[in-house]
Amino acid sequence: MENVIRLPHKYAAGQTFARFYNGLKESKIYGTSCPACDKVFVPARSFCPSCLTNLSDWVEVSQEGEVVSWTYSNKEFFGMPGKPPVVIALIRLDGTDCDFLHLIGGINKDDPDTVKSSIKKGTRVRAAWNDDKIGHMLDIKCFEPVS
Amino acid sequence: MGRPVAIIGSAQTNHGKRFDVTYPELVKEAVDAVFEKTGISPDDIEGVVSGTMPSMMEGVALTHFYFAEVLRSVGKPILKTETCGSTGISLAFTGYYWVASGMADLILVVGSEKMNEGDSQATMTTVLEPFYQRSFIAGAPGVFSMQSQEWSVKFGIPEEKVRAAATRLSVDHHNDAFDNPHAHIKKRLTEEEVNTARIITYPVRLWDVCPNSDGACAMIFASEAMAKKLGLKAAWVKGIGYSGEEYWFGDSEKAIWQCAIDASRQAYDMAGIKNPRKELDVAEVYNPFTFQELLYYECFGFCDFGEACDLTLKGTFSREGELPCDPSGGTLCSNPIGATGLNRAAEAALQVTGQAGDHQIPGAKLSLAHAMGGVDQFNGVMILGSEK
Repeated sequence: MENVIRLPHKYAAGQTFARFYNGLKESKIYGTSCPACDKVFVPARSFCPSCLTNLSDWVEVSQEGEVVSWTYSNKEFFGMPGKPPVVIALIRLDGTDCDFLHLIGGINKDDPDTVKSSIKKGTRVRAAWNDDKIGHMLDIKCFEPVS
Repeated sequence: MGRPVAIIGSAQTNHGKRFDVTYPELVKEAVDAVFEKTGISPDDIEGVVSGTMPSMMEGVALTHFYFAEVLRSVGKPILKTETCGSTGISLAFTGYYWVASGMADLILVVGSEKMNEGDSQATMTTVLEPFYQRSFIAGAPGVFSMQSQEWSVKFGIPEEKVRAAATRLSVDHHNDAFDNPHAHIKKRLTEEEVNTARIITYPVRLWDVCPNSDGACAMIFASEAMAKKLGLKAAWVKGIGYSGEEYWFGDSEKAIWQCAIDASRQAYDMAGIKNPRKELDVAEVYNPFTFQELLYYECFGFCDFGEACDLTLKGTFSREGELPCDPSGGTLCSNPIGATGLNRAAEAALQVTGQAGDHQIPGAKLSLAHAMGGVDQFNGVMILGSEK
């Protein structure tokens, strides 16, 4: 027996996430900093995950950083942005204190060996933007190696 | 510290694609089997603990209500425990807490999952943070692949060696599964087949990954007085540990994985274990991915950081090795998620009571059961012993 359950959902973004999304529309990546822990979180968070202080100090963070870890898939998964193959990476943007999860682009993604020749831990990458921006994480098209 | 608690019986269904039964019928199989094996009357059970993955996996919300009759819970208190992949071990903890607290002497604990009816990858993707992170994860394998790369780079382990050790685990466990009557995937694999299997999320390939399984596990927890009265073989809970981390993937390091380290150390301290590799006789480590099993060996202190691949290739953790890990084939060969952690506890209990059949580790007296849940977020460890 087949049964389709559809549960459309509208998530309230709240003021912090909404402001972050508005920044993306202007090709800016915003974080918030915790004065108590001396840490910068990006994307912006409304409270510090360590000390739970409400965060109100906004910083525009660097659009460049280093690859921390990555993976490659040539199979389509649920919710995958775009078509495979994709390379997903944890990226530590300069001056921030957590990893930023996004796509890697601007490289040959034919197979993992060619990907390995382009990126590894420590590879410098920079945000590449879409022309049309809607206030979404995918306004950043991907992060590309800095030549 | 509560009262002593024993596991006095367990039953697993055959795991696999169970299109032959409805979900409550599957749960009934495990529950009926545990009562038949132990001779305990359902009437004597004082309370029931039930757990599964999120309702999106099941197609029915609040499954413990759906299962009310087959759990024999009508007229009794029922608790639901749900912690993602660690649900099964959390179920065992809930049964333990209930009896250890002195509030009950006999508790039934049941974990179950039907993964083949819905979309398991989609369900697991919804565990991720919806605003920033969900778009960028390829289901569970994406998370664990990035963790694996973080670990191997941090400790400078050559990629070829990591691949060889992961392949050894895959070949061994798929072989081990032939000795486990309940296992889902049983396969004689060559190293080459594992090394060249299609990529799921690099470096993870097909035979590095657990299957989608349907299955259930039922277990009975008893107080010391009740265990003595019933006279059944008892696996005593010697120690438990559970620890979690921040929600957001990327907020904390996953190579030196603090919540896995802390969960094991809490359990060792409670059980009085100083050197786990020497003192434990067998471990049922949660291994949905071969690469993660290697990482757990290190986080649990079975060896130093960076050593797991070498020792695995030497056979330290194989069936005949110093500390056999996952002689049942483990999660790699059967993963009905809500039951999986409870299967680990059931296997660990079978080992220390000499009832593990063809995959029995001879003379096992002290065992470890483990499961992990969330986006690399929670770990739970239980130590079982043949003596109180």
